[in-house]
Amino acid sequence: MSPLATLRIALLALRINKLRSALTMLGIIIGVAAVIIMIAVGRGAQLRVQDQIRSLGSNIVMVLNGTNTSGGARGGAGSQPTIFEEDAYALGREIEEVQAAAPTLRGSGQVVFGNANWSTVFYGTTTDYLTVREWGIAEGRPFEDAEMNGAGKVALIGQTVANSLFGDANPVDQVIRIRKVPLTVIGVLERKGQNMMGQDQDDIVLMPLSTARNRIMGNPASPGKSRNISSIMVKMRDGPQMDQGIAHMRELLRQRHRLQDDQDDDFYVRNLSEILEAQEAASKVMAMLLAAVASVSLLVGGIGIMNIMLVSVTERTREIGLRMAVGARGRDILLQFLVEAVTLSLIGGLLGIALGIGGQELIARFAGWPTVLSLDAMLLAAGFAAFVGVFFGYYPARKAASLSPIDALRYE
Amino acid sequence: MAAALIAPLIEVSGLGKDYAMGNTLVAALRGVDLRIDRGEFVAIMGASGSGKSTFMNLLGCLDKPSRGRYRLAGEEVSGLSGDALARVRNQRIGFVFQHFNLLARTSALDNVALPLLYGHTPAAERTQRARQRLSEVGLGERLAHQPSQLSGGQQQRVAIARALVNNPTLLLADEPTGALDTHTSLEIMALLQALNRGGLTVVLVTHEHDIARHARRIITFRDGEVISDQPNTVLPA
Repeated sequence: MSPLATLRIALLALRINKLRSALTMLGIIIGVAAVIIMIAVGRGAQLRVQDQIRSLGSNIVMVLNGTNTSGGARGGAGSQPTIFEEDAYALGREIEEVQAAAPTLRGSGQVVFGNANWSTVFYGTTTDYLTVREWGIAEGRPFEDAEMNGAGKVALIGQTVANSLFGDANPVDQVIRIRKVPLTVIGVLERKGQNMMGQDQDDIVLMPLSTARNRIMGNPASPGKSRNISSIMVKMRDGPQMDQGIAHMRELLRQRHRLQDDQDDDFYVRNLSEILEAQEAASKVMAMLLAAVASVSLLVGGIGIMNIMLVSVTERTREIGLRMAVGARGRDILLQFLVEAVTLSLIGGLLGIALGIGGQELIARFAGWPTVLSLDAMLLAAGFAAFVGVFFGYYPARKAASLSPIDALRYE
Repeated sequence: MAAALIAPLIEVSGLGKDYAMGNTLVAALRGVDLRIDRGEFVAIMGASGSGKSTFMNLLGCLDKPSRGRYRLAGEEVSGLSGDALARVRNQRIGFVFQHFNLLARTSALDNVALPLLYGHTPAAERTQRARQRLSEVGLGERLAHQPSQLSGGQQQRVAIARALVNNPTLLLADEPTGALDTHTSLEIMALLQALNRGGLTVVLVTHEHDIARHARRIITFRDGEVISDQPNTVLPA
């Protein structure tokens, strides 16, 4: 019998039992859809972490102030002002593995433009900050050296600040005020989105370090005297020498801070990329787990197919007997039932792919999770569905084919 | 092939069949010797359990004998493999059953074409031959009807058309009128007689004398043996 004729016979048999065929397929449909959706969600989570790594900038190391102990109570990280502007410059100059190091002085306050105002954080820093964060300028220009050295009254603003204060208008060359100090907006930063904590990274104002220290945060007691900063953002060069570079940084800082061998560090070095990479690895494991759980449902769908095919063989025993009486060989019967099972699982697989695409779209839209649809996930699910059809269809088909014609014909 | 033409269509000798019932073997057929020539119309009679159905199954190559030889058109078939027997059934034998055994929800045309499907006949020829056979049994107008839309007599006609579609040399009818009323039964028997007059060898299994008397030779079974084999002299008008 030709394969085409076998296929036609199988399709006919499936059409005769429409409801049952549909219910059988349901298991495969749900299984395939679940695998596709779960892989899409898992990949989406992974991608989000990768985006965060990218938005933070790669190979980032942060140097923070040390702790302060007073009266037995230990302050948290950064409670003791121990790192200075010069530390940042020294790191950038003297450590080979460091590509750029930017001192930052962090503050927060109300930004005012005309009758609009907005509470935000501002950083006094250097142009290296943009290098470290791999942050481009969407509009306008970066700081100039004269502005850096002379506490120029200029600022770069993030997208969120720009929208809040200016709406659709162009902020460049407009004058904003922070703590009553007028600053000219010289540029708008590119959009970065949320960081891994969900904070809006575009809600930011950057200004020269000298401007922040001398004009805005100026300590009334000693204006412009304190060279202390909040943190140093360091970008390491690409390559495997990250840990070595961090060790060199610690060595240099200990030297500069004149720490004895028995003294602890008076600063903290945090490798942010490492944290994110750990998170990425975790999300990868999560994605695999999700796919594994989803494939269990595919397996259950396959068992459903086997169940229905077994019932079908029993129910159609007389039909099998008749087919044998008019000349069907065992292998014709085997093929017929196998094709039925595979057809069920393949059609189910295709419908499952459609449902999966729709499902991940819904999840992306209503749950707001990022999802990534991938062709290989669809092929994998469809291939697995076909395999399930053959695997679970074989036993019932074998059973049908091994019936003796006379027993099958007489079956009541 | 000349030998095949001269040889009787059916030649069985010492044909026996045992069935296992638990641990004991029950002999359903105890050494039957028979020959049936081409063009005969034979009725096989007997009470249930007489072995007539077992004999019929062996003739139809649906079952393999435990003992003895069976030559169909000169060819020894008792030792053939399952696949070879399927081919013999497909090419040489047509079956008509008591309960018609048509495929449900399948058109009369597709039902009739079914043996051709397993005989590797091209699609166009399948349709053409199935249509021709259906007209021959008087159902040329009901090609697309499904079994549920046909009367019992019509369904049996479809089954007969199916049995004939591959031009078999032997038609085996197992209680073909068992599920039909008297009037329809007569129609079906008249059809079988007409086919026989056209040269087809017909072997009919029945337990009704009224049906058996349409045949030209009546063989009676009891306890797995032939107890009488005689020509039918009282053919109905």
